[in-house]
Amino acid sequence: MQGFVRACSFVVALGGAAVVQAADITGAGATFPYPIYSKWAEAYKAKTNVGLNYQSIGSGGGIKQIKAKTVDFGASDMPLKAEELDKDGLVQFPAVIGGVVPVVNLDGVAPGSMKMTGALLADIYLGKIKKWNDPAIVALNAGVKLPDENITVVRRADGSGTTFLFTNYLSKVSVEWKDKVGMGTAVQWPEGVGGKGNEGVASYVQRIKGGIGYVEYAYAKKNKMIHLALKNKAGEFVQPDDLTFQAAAAYAEWNKVPGFGEILTEQPGKTSWPITGASFVLMHKVQADAAKGAEVLKFFDWAFKNGQKIAEELDYVALPAALVKQIDGAWRSSLKDASGHPVWK
Amino acid sequence: MRAQRFQDALFHQTTRFFAFSVLAILAAILGSLLYGAWPAIKEFGFGFPFSAEWNPVTDKFGGLISVYGTLSTSLIALVVAIPVSFGIAVFLTELCPPALRSPLGVAVELLAAVPSIIYGMWGLFVFAPLFADYVQPALSLTLGNIPFVGTLFQGPKNGIGILSAGLILAVMVIPFIASVMRDVFEVVPGILKESAYGLGATTWEVVWNVVLPYTRVGVIGGVMLGLGRALGETMAVTFVIGNAHRISPSLYEAGNSIASTLANEFAEASSDLHVASLIELGLILFFVTFVVLALSKLLLMRLGRMEGEKT
Repeated sequence: MQGFVRACSFVVALGGAAVVQAADITGAGATFPYPIYSKWAEAYKAKTNVGLNYQSIGSGGGIKQIKAKTVDFGASDMPLKAEELDKDGLVQFPAVIGGVVPVVNLDGVAPGSMKMTGALLADIYLGKIKKWNDPAIVALNAGVKLPDENITVVRRADGSGTTFLFTNYLSKVSVEWKDKVGMGTAVQWPEGVGGKGNEGVASYVQRIKGGIGYVEYAYAKKNKMIHLALKNKAGEFVQPDDLTFQAAAAYAEWNKVPGFGEILTEQPGKTSWPITGASFVLMHKVQADAAKGAEVLKFFDWAFKNGQKIAEELDYVALPAALVKQIDGAWRSSLKDASGHPVWK
Repeated sequence: MRAQRFQDALFHQTTRFFAFSVLAILAAILGSLLYGAWPAIKEFGFGFPFSAEWNPVTDKFGGLISVYGTLSTSLIALVVAIPVSFGIAVFLTELCPPALRSPLGVAVELLAAVPSIIYGMWGLFVFAPLFADYVQPALSLTLGNIPFVGTLFQGPKNGIGILSAGLILAVMVIPFIASVMRDVFEVVPGILKESAYGLGATTWEVVWNVVLPYTRVGVIGGVMLGLGRALGETMAVTFVIGNAHRISPSLYEAGNSIASTLANEFAEASSDLHVASLIELGLILFFVTFVVLALSKLLLMRLGRMEGEKT
């Protein structure tokens, strides 16, 4: 009994004042940033004792939850339009950057050795190019042995921010794609089989000879898949990695679009990866519980300033410093408590 | 005496409450499905189940593809599962050495206890590659050459699609159908079978002419139980059906069932009409299941009447 009491008082002494303060912040939404948010949360909790309870229920669910005010912040891979942000009194800012990578299953092709253009990729996904040894693909890839095999198109079956970036890219590089299919978190695919989640697409591509799919960069890397080199807007063939994602983010004109709603596909710059995108955080402009709102901002502030290394380990890209500064400014000017005082000081 | 009467009344009321709560829950589900689907019903009207459109970008939705996927995969499952289950049940009740009877019976029932996601993963990682490399080419070369039916067995041989989903479903419903069949075959009075054997009937004749007519109601009930599971099965189908909103004449092509569409798209459906259309699909599945049940009851009633006319 005595031992128990002593243990209790020890724990209380350790936790100290922080225990009283520690109300966990809650968030819900996109699955894409879930690994990095939870890693950040772990490190942040060790430091400040404030935990994050993030439910990766998908971007659509995240938007619904923040609108219903059941969470402190929502997360979406697709930026909301300015009108929608205004309508619901929301503030939006990017939190982390990642890339989408086309992957294939072809024997004897080394990762990154095969080249692809956006227009060809669109034609493949439109079902116009059906064979791997199609003259258009062969002409682009002198020296790569391409088999006389059918192309099996693999794409997402569920709605997803990954699909949004991919179809946004295809719409930018192919007029036919834009007219026939368009862009969105889910579209009416003219071709192919659908996998659920990045892991579903990855496993279909790995299973089906001659398959082509698109996954989050981390999945391609983790599963050692054969990725393609893509031609960017400047006409260069680039490999997907931290540097090319960063390059795309650096070229974006973030303050041009309200709510930082910049889509990073097909950005200029010689080293920019063409299918790059940010994942966004949504918060209410008017924070009924200002202290809670400030906790959320503190978390992201800490993550922006100290979380780069963790981001790198998980193959995400941290935001450029200039952008972090702009976000800080936006927090100051647009997030208010109930009586109109700024939440972030 | 009075206390006993009270006890009886209380018992009566309680059981009635339980029984009626089922009705209430059913009505509540139907009501909330109708309420949720109302925007889609209003927008697309009666054409919804017959439209092959499914375009989240333009917000145009129709249920034909999913309904077709659900019905075709379930039909394939039954076509495969009924004869196999029948064989299992006959062997277990008529031909099996007694020492093997209970291990085999337990094994069949254990198959029913495997979670459906395991069937799905097994289907995708083990069954599909073998099916693509060995069975699909063979089927194409043989059945694929039959006029008209042949197109069903031509197409991309990657082990994913309507046919694969149907076969996985067959494996999943076999234990249900087989164990019901076995149970009802076992209640056939020995005297009936022995008389038939005594008259010189073969095992097949006994099963076909004595056992089956005697157990018809139970057998159909078992098949309906299997069909019910096949119609609503979600995870396993989602893994192997290919999840493509397309109707194709080939069974090798990817498709989508109602349950797999719901599983894939519900979490990320962003527009209200998309959500409503998904709920309407759920309503249709509810309706299809109801019709199947009603048809089986009707069938049993007609069989019963024919029986009455005979004697």
